[in-house]
Amino acid sequence: MKSKTADRIATAVFVVIAIMITAILAGLFFYIFIKGFKYISFDFLTSPSSNVRAGGGIRDQLFNSFYVLFITMLITVPIGAGGGIYMAEYAKPGKVTDFIRTCIEVLSSLPSIVIGMFGLLVFVNTTGWGYTILGGALALTVFNLPTMVRTTEDALRAVPRDLKEASLALGVTHWHTIKTVMLPAAFPSILTGAILAAGRVFGEAAALLFTAGLSTPRLDYSNWNPFSEQSPLNIFRPAETLAVHIWSVNTQGLIPDVEAVSSGSAAVLVISILIFNLAARLLGSFIHKRVTATK
Amino acid sequence: MSIQTLTREIFDVKDLNLWYGDHHALKGIYFPIQKKEVTAMIGPSGCGKSTFLKTLNLMNKMIANVKITGEVKFDGQNILHPKTDLVELRKHVGMVFQKGNPFPQSIYDNVAYGPRIHGIKKKTHLDEIVTKALMDVALWDEVKDRLTAPALGLSGGQQQRLCIARALATKPDVLLMDEPTSALDPISTLKIEELIFELKEKYTIVIVTHNMQQAARVSDKTAFFLMGELIELSETSTIFSMPKDSRTEDYITGRFG
Repeated sequence: MKSKTADRIATAVFVVIAIMITAILAGLFFYIFIKGFKYISFDFLTSPSSNVRAGGGIRDQLFNSFYVLFITMLITVPIGAGGGIYMAEYAKPGKVTDFIRTCIEVLSSLPSIVIGMFGLLVFVNTTGWGYTILGGALALTVFNLPTMVRTTEDALRAVPRDLKEASLALGVTHWHTIKTVMLPAAFPSILTGAILAAGRVFGEAAALLFTAGLSTPRLDYSNWNPFSEQSPLNIFRPAETLAVHIWSVNTQGLIPDVEAVSSGSAAVLVISILIFNLAARLLGSFIHKRVTATK
Repeated sequence: MSIQTLTREIFDVKDLNLWYGDHHALKGIYFPIQKKEVTAMIGPSGCGKSTFLKTLNLMNKMIANVKITGEVKFDGQNILHPKTDLVELRKHVGMVFQKGNPFPQSIYDNVAYGPRIHGIKKKTHLDEIVTKALMDVALWDEVKDRLTAPALGLSGGQQQRLCIARALATKPDVLLMDEPTSALDPISTLKIEELIFELKEKYTIVIVTHNMQQAARVSDKTAFFLMGELIELSETSTIFSMPKDSRTEDYITGRFG
């Protein structure tokens, strides 16, 4: 009887915790949506921001967020997946491997503001680039790389040993086995890792303050030449992302409609992350189906 | 590695010793394997029969801390030589595992996997290989209308036959089978056994089995392993009717193991 009571109490405690977590999350979403939704309009999304006047939009910041994300993932995914493949398949267990793993873990626990300072020193000053998208993307790569390496490594280790043996026993080389059997099987988990990393990039402000900067030059969206100063595609231009914009408007904004811009931006940011996650998952499951012929 | 040699022995193992770390798993094995025969290996769990099987295509090399000494000649070449090309060896020595382990791909892609990687690109040629391999394992009639369906949708017995087809598609000389029916129902088991009987015409087969009736039914030679030693190796009919070693007799009459 006594253990049954304990069981009931434990169940109740866990249910309460679960409800609390869900409630906090739902509350947060509602708060952001209710506060910010009314400010989102076509105009808000498609006009440039203003430093002094009311009625500025977030066109450039929104674009910058996605563009920084894209450039970061372009660097992070290949290097991170490569590192994960090395750790899972090639590294021999031993002191060196343990040391590499410790380094990766330390890297992942560094505060993002410290990575921002590091980025300022290396990607902004030492290189002489000034505030650039590339500098921001490299700083974000530094703190996303560990997640990517770790998820790739774990995903590959989770692939059933049978599959690897089956392929090797057919006289297929190690690399070819990784490429044609193991990576496709590990793909969904690797994708999840990449989405998590992408979410962090999207919401990151501290690491970008000193690397991608707080301003955006006047952009001409019809100019697609990535070497032109006005082109949005130029990776050597400063770029304020949405998350950074929220921070800067709130702390040093001179515009009269701070409340509207920051609430609207917050809602757009959250919606963007949701849409991005859903789209990435849909695309991922589509690719996975194509590769593995599962229905 | 051409196999057009005059001897009947495709494998010749001499004084093979194998250690997993400190554990001496195979002790001084001498084991000739004849071409186009079925050789069965029996013995209690942990006796070294699977380890021996996996030495024949060097799958053991995947395990850390493994040490192998002695001589394993495949078609006249000692494969324990460090310069052995594992890829080349495994093209000639195929393997079927305990549990069907098809890749999460379509039925067709599973069978075409090996040939594709070994350089066959032409669709008509691949079609021909896939069809033939599936016919060889008597799976063709069951799957010919759904070659693009996922292989994981097949039943356990079908999956195992598909894996045999996948191994045959690379045109090996030898087929190693590690308890290929231990996870299957009696009817599927029967099908695989009939298959082994037919495959013997073209391939050399080495099979590990826990089922002594199976060894008696399918094999020409039977080897009995115990605690890492090869106790007895002779004609299957001899080993089951008048074993020379008393330990073999004890095992096959069910007194231990």
